[in-house]
Amino acid sequence: MSVPATRAASAENALLSVEHLSIRFGGLVAVDDVSFTATDRQITAIIGPNGAGKTTVFNCLTGFYKPTMGRLALRHPSKGEFLLERMEGFHIAQTAGVARTFQNIRLFPAMSVLENLIVAQHNMLMRASGYTVLGLFGSKVYREAEKEAVDLALYWLDRIGLTNRADDAAGNLAYGAQRRLEIARAMCTRPVMLCLDEPAAGLNPRESGELTRLLMAIRDEERIGVLLIEHHMDVVMGISDHVVVLDYGKKISDGSPQAVRDDPAVIRAYLGEEEDEDLPPEVARDIGEERS
Amino acid sequence: MTSARASSATSPRSPLDFPSALRESGVVALVTFGLAFALVGFRAEDVPGGLDIRFRFDEVMAVTAVGFIGRFAWILLRQGRAFPVAVTALPFGAAMVAALLGPLYAPAAKLERFVVFGDLVVNWLLAIFALGFGGRAAWLIWHEASSITPEAREERMDRIGAAIQQASRYVGPLLLGLALALPFMPFADRRLLDIAILVLTYVMLGWGLNIVVGLAGLLDLGYVAFYAVGAYSYALLALHFDLGFWTCLPFAGIMAAFAGILLGFPVLRLRGDYLAIVTLGFGEMVRIILLNWYKFTKGPDGLSGIPRPTFFGLPMTANPPEGTQSFHQFFGLEYSSVDRIIFLYFLILALAMITNLFTLRIRKLPVGRAWEALREDEIACRSLGINPRNTKLTAFAIGAMFGGFGGAFFATRQGFISPESFTFIESAIILSIVVLGGMGSQIGVVFAAILLIGLPEFFRELQQYRMLAFGAAMVTIMVWRPRGLLAHREPTIRLEDARLKSASADSGGQPP
Ligand SMILES: Nc1ncnc2c1ncn2[C@@H]1O[C@H](COP(=O)(O)OP(=O)(O)OP(=O)(O)O)[C@@H](O)[C@H]1O
Ligand SMILES: [Mg+2]
Repeated sequence: MSVPATRAASAENALLSVEHLSIRFGGLVAVDDVSFTATDRQITAIIGPNGAGKTTVFNCLTGFYKPTMGRLALRHPSKGEFLLERMEGFHIAQTAGVARTFQNIRLFPAMSVLENLIVAQHNMLMRASGYTVLGLFGSKVYREAEKEAVDLALYWLDRIGLTNRADDAAGNLAYGAQRRLEIARAMCTRPVMLCLDEPAAGLNPRESGELTRLLMAIRDEERIGVLLIEHHMDVVMGISDHVVVLDYGKKISDGSPQAVRDDPAVIRAYLGEEEDEDLPPEVARDIGEERS
Repeated sequence: MTSARASSATSPRSPLDFPSALRESGVVALVTFGLAFALVGFRAEDVPGGLDIRFRFDEVMAVTAVGFIGRFAWILLRQGRAFPVAVTALPFGAAMVAALLGPLYAPAAKLERFVVFGDLVVNWLLAIFALGFGGRAAWLIWHEASSITPEAREERMDRIGAAIQQASRYVGPLLLGLALALPFMPFADRRLLDIAILVLTYVMLGWGLNIVVGLAGLLDLGYVAFYAVGAYSYALLALHFDLGFWTCLPFAGIMAAFAGILLGFPVLRLRGDYLAIVTLGFGEMVRIILLNWYKFTKGPDGLSGIPRPTFFGLPMTANPPEGTQSFHQFFGLEYSSVDRIIFLYFLILALAMITNLFTLRIRKLPVGRAWEALREDEIACRSLGINPRNTKLTAFAIGAMFGGFGGAFFATRQGFISPESFTFIESAIILSIVVLGGMGSQIGVVFAAILLIGLPEFFRELQQYRMLAFGAAMVTIMVWRPRGLLAHREPTIRLEDARLKSASADSGGQPP
């Protein structure tokens, strides 16, 4: 791998490059000609006011929506390039290695915490179980694969501090724990790109701090790319390497957290046209925090 | 019971809101009147020279009164005024029982004069109703508690469900032992064995459908179609190609699984109600095809002369054809017609147990976990790379396969099949067994099948009221415990098992 200094977010070495992405729902252009790149071992944040089209970008990336226009290229470190806009939803997660969480948590609530993490390793286990046939007879290959899956699940359980709740139904966890579990579940698919939709929403400051540390650890230890949608500006400014700002479906700013924070277009988007444009960034940030 | 509940119950009594209570009871009485007017108000009677319609005023009025009084009692109970209910309902119920039993034991007393309705069963229902209300009121007085909250009840039932699930480790083998011993019990006559075979058939079908409904969460109202496909596959193969039961059994399963995939494809995108309607239509389609494709299926005439199963090639007949031996001759036994029934009994027991073991095993395999995940959240499944199409299709196919095995058994047991055996009501009964037992609960299916199939068979005398009781039981369960009697989900892997698995192999270093 190349050293970070040379890893500028240029199109050639980007993990993900989004080019001219547009999607319209009837008359509404939810995402309008958005281009940006995301690099591995970096946290790329996507911010913007409510309804800016952030979740819609995720839905295009993960195959839930088919974009009207644009190219979504993911360069998998070992499997080559995938054009995500041409792939079916489950296929993106299965082969291209893009995992996501949801703005409204989507766990398997009646299943246990541990089971949630094992289900995430479905494809690996399915292959090892000979598409169920060998598994029915308890073949050795399957048992080894299951052990591997269990190991990974236990590892992530420990990372998110939920080992003692392993056998509880996921739906019975507290809100913050559910958020962490959803991230761990996504990580159990062994992704190269992790897309997190407002992971800090509804967390208290302590949980929010834990989350920040978890995300930085994922970036640095797992060496994958992280795409992060977030309204909590302290989280965004604290951990992201690169920020993309959307407003009414258009990209209005793109750059380092510091550059974006000082960008007048961003301040205008968050405060509205008629407000004084010369507000100091600290004030802008505080107001941005209150909105979430 | 617990002090916490008692304390929450003895809330200060608010004065009873008479007008609104009367209004509510009045509305219920009005609704009852409307229903009774339409349902029991008219009776066609044989009169010389044709039929005549008689209006049954007394019955309609009596039912309306029962509706009014019942609702009023219910309101009183709800507001914690158990005492007046207890002192009226208990004596009334007791008097009814006395009046109903009186003629049997003390005809001289002429107690039947006090009976409210003309119909015996309605009287009994009323008596049970009154005693139920009175008993509940008495219980509340005893515990000084108003009715417990639905959440608390749900929780308590959940604990019971969990306890039974825990116990099913012992209850399962125990039931199996009982089932194995049943044919050799002194009281096991032909009638009992026939009922047992019927119950086991439904247990097997329930377990099969449980894969689709309980695990994968796909509401299937047309399960009987696969039962029919299995039965006809076996019957047609056996009649046209002169094949035996054991040869045809796998084919019956495969054909049914194929039918399952055929159904699965068009309904991949449907959920909930829409899925239910399409599956219902599919069930009817299969039946109507069987009914109308006369050349192939003999339509309404049905197929007869379907061969009976053999015991490792030994037929179970009194007089085997020239040159072959039958079961009793081979073993040097006296011929007994019950032997064949016992054989059928063990056959369906084995088939049912295979279904059960398969389900228990597959639940712990990736595909089983994916089914449950799909039931929980299909979108999340897709985001994890689970192919919803294949996962659903396997659920349909495997569920259908067991329906097909069940159908083949049905055909060989009856020796005759016709489309009449595969009507929607069969699907409804099988689904009721699954829902009543608690979706996904294997032991629940057994209890529900005994409750819904076994008991009504024993009480055949009450024939027309069986469906009424059936409906009442379903409604009660849906109100009282919507998730089914024994719905309690046990995780497919626990932390201890996981740790054991993890430790079992060599070093197993940290994953990347
Ligand atoms: N399936 C859809 N059909 C029609 N309109 C949609 C659909 N999905 C999203 N939209 C619209 O697209 C716009 C962008 O929505 P999106 O959910 O992406 O916003 P967001 O940036 O995630 O906002 P928030 O911060 O509130 O989550 C909204 O106006 C929304 O109503
Ligand atoms: Mg959103």
